[in-house]
Amino acid sequence: MDSNLYILEFEKPLRELSSQLQSLQRSAQENQLDLSADIASIEAKLVATKRQIYSSLSAWQRVQLARHPRRPYSLDYIRALFTGFEQLHGDRLFRDDPSIVGGPALFDGRPVMLIAQQKGRNTKENLLRNFGMPNPEGYRKALRLMKMADKFGLPVICLVDTPGAFPGIGAEERHVAEAIAVNLREMASFGVPQISVVIGEGGSGGALGIAVTDRVYILENAYYSVISPESCSAILWKDKNSAAQAATALRLGDQEMLKRFGIVDGVVPEPLGGAHNDPEEAAANLRTVLSAALKDLSRLSPDELRDARYQRFRALGAFEAPPQTPAAAPSTETVQKNSGNSVPATT
Amino acid sequence: MAFFSKPKYSTVTVKKKDMPQGLWRKCPLSGEIIYTKELEQNQNVVPKSGYHFPIAAPDRIRFLVDPDSFEEFDAGLEPVDPLGFKDLVPYTERVAKYQQASGQKEAVICGLAKIHAIPVSLAVMDFRFGAGSMGSVVGEKITRAIERAIERKCSCIIFSASGGARMQEGILSLMQMAKTSAALARLARARLPYISVLTHPTTGGVTASFATLGDVILAEPGALIGFAGPRVIKEATNRDLPEGFQSSEFFLEHGLVDQIVSRLEMRDRIAALLRLLQTGAPGAGRAAG
Repeated sequence: MDSNLYILEFEKPLRELSSQLQSLQRSAQENQLDLSADIASIEAKLVATKRQIYSSLSAWQRVQLARHPRRPYSLDYIRALFTGFEQLHGDRLFRDDPSIVGGPALFDGRPVMLIAQQKGRNTKENLLRNFGMPNPEGYRKALRLMKMADKFGLPVICLVDTPGAFPGIGAEERHVAEAIAVNLREMASFGVPQISVVIGEGGSGGALGIAVTDRVYILENAYYSVISPESCSAILWKDKNSAAQAATALRLGDQEMLKRFGIVDGVVPEPLGGAHNDPEEAAANLRTVLSAALKDLSRLSPDELRDARYQRFRALGAFEAPPQTPAAAPSTETVQKNSGNSVPATT
Repeated sequence: MAFFSKPKYSTVTVKKKDMPQGLWRKCPLSGEIIYTKELEQNQNVVPKSGYHFPIAAPDRIRFLVDPDSFEEFDAGLEPVDPLGFKDLVPYTERVAKYQQASGQKEAVICGLAKIHAIPVSLAVMDFRFGAGSMGSVVGEKITRAIERAIERKCSCIIFSASGGARMQEGILSLMQMAKTSAALARLARARLPYISVLTHPTTGGVTASFATLGDVILAEPGALIGFAGPRVIKEATNRDLPEGFQSSEFFLEHGLVDQIVSRLEMRDRIAALLRLLQTGAPGAGRAAG
């Protein structure tokens, strides 16, 4: 860790250990002492503590990691994994929304269409990016680019990282709900391969608006939720201070559950301590998953893609149906999972 | 600033004890006191002011469709507790309470019916059941209603009344938005009309999925419609909200809603639209999607 800034509460023991390690190394050097045994033991302790902390993260800690200000954002992954990115702007209706970036680029030498939600790293950037909260224009720009991809046969890759769509006056005036709804419907109809990856925050409809795809992946320390833990806390606990409990109740960061429900097709592993501890490794892991998924999906015809995508989302839900229901009903309890996903999924 | 508080005028002075609960209702628009029975006979619309009180789904269906034409489907679908969700009250307890209070298993009633002899696949949401929130059952039943319209080659009519996606079923609730919208893509490809009716209130994930995807979007007068709730927007933007913000009338003016239709005219208006749109003639345009 190279910065004192942004140390999360549960990261503090690591911070202490690494500063101990640094001071030992320093004194060993300065005083020409052989402290290698001590150093090795602290190093071992550091790794063990890291492993211990990150193997038993609470839901709330996962949320904090997903929102970590030093976490790689979409453009970081785009720079690491794609070449020749031609960013295209605007929804051709109202304005350009910088909280969603997009355009064609090359992945492994092959043209793809990128659509990605982008947060800012500092105040100035965040004002530009609206803290990664898209307005309707963002969703309409995304749709325009997806249509272009469909027209020219480019696979679509969507990187999801938003606290949610922006709850603003203008957003309502320009029908943000309709913009998202249209994307949900249209994404179900495209005949090109589509992949989405939740890289940080997968906030509600604002995330889903670019994530009705053939394959959906999530990073190990990202979360995908129907509502932000803060809003959930405000509504169900009647105060805003129960966000951690809400995160637990919503089972945020429980990627195994997401796999079991069929929400995601795989989990992209992160380096120990989170993506921000080794952005290169995080990007490399993402590359592996994307390559495999693209290869897999390119075998399918447009109709096969559409049908499989429909079935994928059609199957999502858990309920009880009596066997004698007039319409063909699934068996008693259906926590359904789509089958046929063959992309490596690890955690 | 007023130095004197505004006197509370009322045309009728009724002592609390003389007014058994539920016998009379006060119109929030005009202040008029109305006999509940009279209100119910008028579909919960105040005759003079036109104010629309919420209406339970079974009542709405009774007024909307041709007598004895409604055939309910999927009534037995029941919610489960996929997350083991517990806030101040466990989810299972909430569901039991909603079911008991409404006499329904979930927040939407679906079936086939006829409106002025035109066959339709109908879904009517009920706000009384957990604020009309959409979990797996609501999403499944709406999806089946859309698929039923495709099977029977008839129009689909959905009345929305919802606070949004149901938090207690977590991410599975969010996915119902994708599921219902994907089904509507198929309905569009089959060139069958979909009329979406927004009633008070229609917000959150329901607005951001099937409710705003109608070929025609109708709204009852004075309904609250929106993605985010007014309080959330006020907090996020730190601004006062414009007069009438997020009402049916606001969205008619801003181009989301096609028509504002009184509940008393809904049946005739839907029939008129269907006669114009549900022609069964092969479309000339490019296949949707």
